[in-house]
Amino acid sequence: MPGRVQSVERAAAILQILAVEQEPVSLAHLAGALDLAKTTVHGLVQTLRDVGFVDQDAESGCYSVGADLLHLGAAPLDRNELRARAINWTDALAGHTHEAALVARYEAGEALVVHHVFRPDASVQSLQTGSARPLHATALGKAILAHDPRAARTINDGALESHTYRTVVDPPRLHRELADVRDTGWAASVEEWRPGLASIAAPVRDRSGYVVAAVGIEGPVDSICDPRQRPRAALAEHVVDAARAVSRELGHGRRR
Amino acid sequence: MSRSVVAAIDQGTTSTRCLLFDHAGRMVSVAQRQHRQIYPRPGWVEHDAEEIWGLVRELLPQALEDAGLGPEDIAGLGITNQRETTVVWDRDSGRPVAPAIVWQDTRTAGQLDALTDHLDPAELLRRTGLPLSPYPSGPKLRWLLDSDADLRARAERGELLFGTMDTWLVWNLTGGRLHVTDPTNASRTLLMDLETMQWDPELLAALHVPAAMLPEIRPSIGELATTVEPLAGIPISAVLGDQQASLFGQAAFDPGDAKCTFGTGTFLLMNTGPDIVRSGSGLITTVAVSEEGAPPVYALEGSVAVAGALVEWCRTSLSLVRSPAEIETLARTVDDCGGCYVVPAFAGLFAPHWEPSAQGIVVGLTGYTTKGHIARAVLEACAWQAKDVIDAMVADAGVPIASLAVDGGMTANNLLMQTLADVLDVPVIRPMMAESVALGAAYAAGLAVGYWPDRQVLRANWHRAAEWRSQIGPVERERAHALWSAAVRLAIGWGHARLG
Repeated sequence: MPGRVQSVERAAAILQILAVEQEPVSLAHLAGALDLAKTTVHGLVQTLRDVGFVDQDAESGCYSVGADLLHLGAAPLDRNELRARAINWTDALAGHTHEAALVARYEAGEALVVHHVFRPDASVQSLQTGSARPLHATALGKAILAHDPRAARTINDGALESHTYRTVVDPPRLHRELADVRDTGWAASVEEWRPGLASIAAPVRDRSGYVVAAVGIEGPVDSICDPRQRPRAALAEHVVDAARAVSRELGHGRRR
Repeated sequence: MSRSVVAAIDQGTTSTRCLLFDHAGRMVSVAQRQHRQIYPRPGWVEHDAEEIWGLVRELLPQALEDAGLGPEDIAGLGITNQRETTVVWDRDSGRPVAPAIVWQDTRTAGQLDALTDHLDPAELLRRTGLPLSPYPSGPKLRWLLDSDADLRARAERGELLFGTMDTWLVWNLTGGRLHVTDPTNASRTLLMDLETMQWDPELLAALHVPAAMLPEIRPSIGELATTVEPLAGIPISAVLGDQQASLFGQAAFDPGDAKCTFGTGTFLLMNTGPDIVRSGSGLITTVAVSEEGAPPVYALEGSVAVAGALVEWCRTSLSLVRSPAEIETLARTVDDCGGCYVVPAFAGLFAPHWEPSAQGIVVGLTGYTTKGHIARAVLEACAWQAKDVIDAMVADAGVPIASLAVDGGMTANNLLMQTLADVLDVPVIRPMMAESVALGAAYAAGLAVGYWPDRQVLRANWHRAAEWRSQIGPVERERAHALWSAAVRLAIGWGHARLG
């Protein structure tokens, strides 16, 4: 029998410990449980964090099993499949709101637009499909950030880029806003990415409830928001309905 | 409270759907189920008409329930259907006496001359607008009656009824009271005179079809009856074949307006107004729509048999992809087709080539070719085939196209749409509602009952959802077109070589 690789065995042991603990685990606890030096465990657990198998809490520094690992066995949703499933409902969303409708999903640190329906007016528009939106500065991005731990990890390391004077660049404030997104079920951005532009988006879930994308609308501040620059509740309702319909299309909450 | 939505039943080749639309033409609800495809022998394709009616019985209530509405909320119901699929049932029991013979079924190929009593194909074309092909339902009906002396005798005694899927559904929806069809469906039987829009007694005689089993031809747009099953009290107010419905759903109301639907096959229709335009390259002349008290509107139609079906073949037979949408993902793993061309002549090549013996080929293979290149070639084949038909139609109509309106499930494939714009060199435009078949049936049904006052209102509902423009230059386009044309010639040559 060939010799075992010690570091792989130790990494597996770390994951097993994290998997049985209810709460995030400190480095000291891990080192104690494995009877290894803290420096050794630190190197292993940081590598696991870098590949996404372990999550590290930004404030306490404690570790837990990464969301990526939980989703490892499931085949990811194909981006073109996502568009094919969403197309009818995004057409209806653009029709109801008279704004451009978009579907985006998390890819490589950004919200990648996988589908775009023009705003239903005579204006000249070009397809945004394939372009990316910053996660922290757009509604599509925030709807994803609020629910997808992989995406959330990317804003923990590094500074938040300022796109306009309204971009939220203070991490605690962004985290509070994302908590609100989870409460209300939709996210908004008012001139946080581009001056004059506002957006509203809601998360799209797959059969298991995992957030795989966001669907939303994008348009001039004056039409997306009321005179006090607050996103119009009626538009948000249409966005949430569309997100629910696409989620249903993907098998979420289906009766059969 | 006025009735709030219009409903459409879209009885397609692979699935049956019930959709509800609001005043702005927005989809409110959709319920959909697939039905079985039955392949008893090579070239034969059958459906179970009772299974399909059973689905309609489930889907209509389900679509209403999903929207929180009841039958009293439906202003009008439009029926649209796979064309040419042939159903024969017993007038008393209401039960089909044989499996439905689907439009794709080629059992009549090779016998068409005999099945039409050796009528001159040119005369058939003049009267019906149809080149002789295995698709029309008349020869399918005759084949069925010829295959069983008992069926023939019962048909002669008036005990059996014939219909396409529209007729079958209206008959069942009205509890067996109404046996009708519309000219868009009747024009695909090889039994209807294109000018009078009535059954032609000489054609009935030539195809040995008893007149008593034929449905009455009523205008496409107009109140027919109210439903009895599965919910009572819904006004049925339009019947349109699927491709004509999608032309209507695209608001292509004026002569010269055209649309191209990408589904199992590709279907291009151009509105030619009240004029019957004859094709110089074997395209079909058909009825676009008819309305009580107005002259009929005609259309030119060209189709490609294998488009989405080619992607489906890549999925089921080659296991290249897990779902049709993934073909785009696979194709985008490479930048071009790598010199690989696919000609999907699975059952010959029709418009505008008319080479029934041609067979499918894959050419240009080298050690460099990957499945990504083949996926790319598959999508390019869908675009090139559409271009060939569009070129033929432009020649017939005598006017170039300024843009192409597209619809159907494959319009979700952005790479296919970009490729189409590249090969055609005109903007390709997807309207806001890709479900134009169902929308067209809903439009027609709503117009009939005054839910919408006129076509102008429907035009205002039309909005572009996406637009693609060519991203390649003329040199590249011409070179690729020359290679595609060479590949088509090889597929035709192979067919000839195979038959010796």
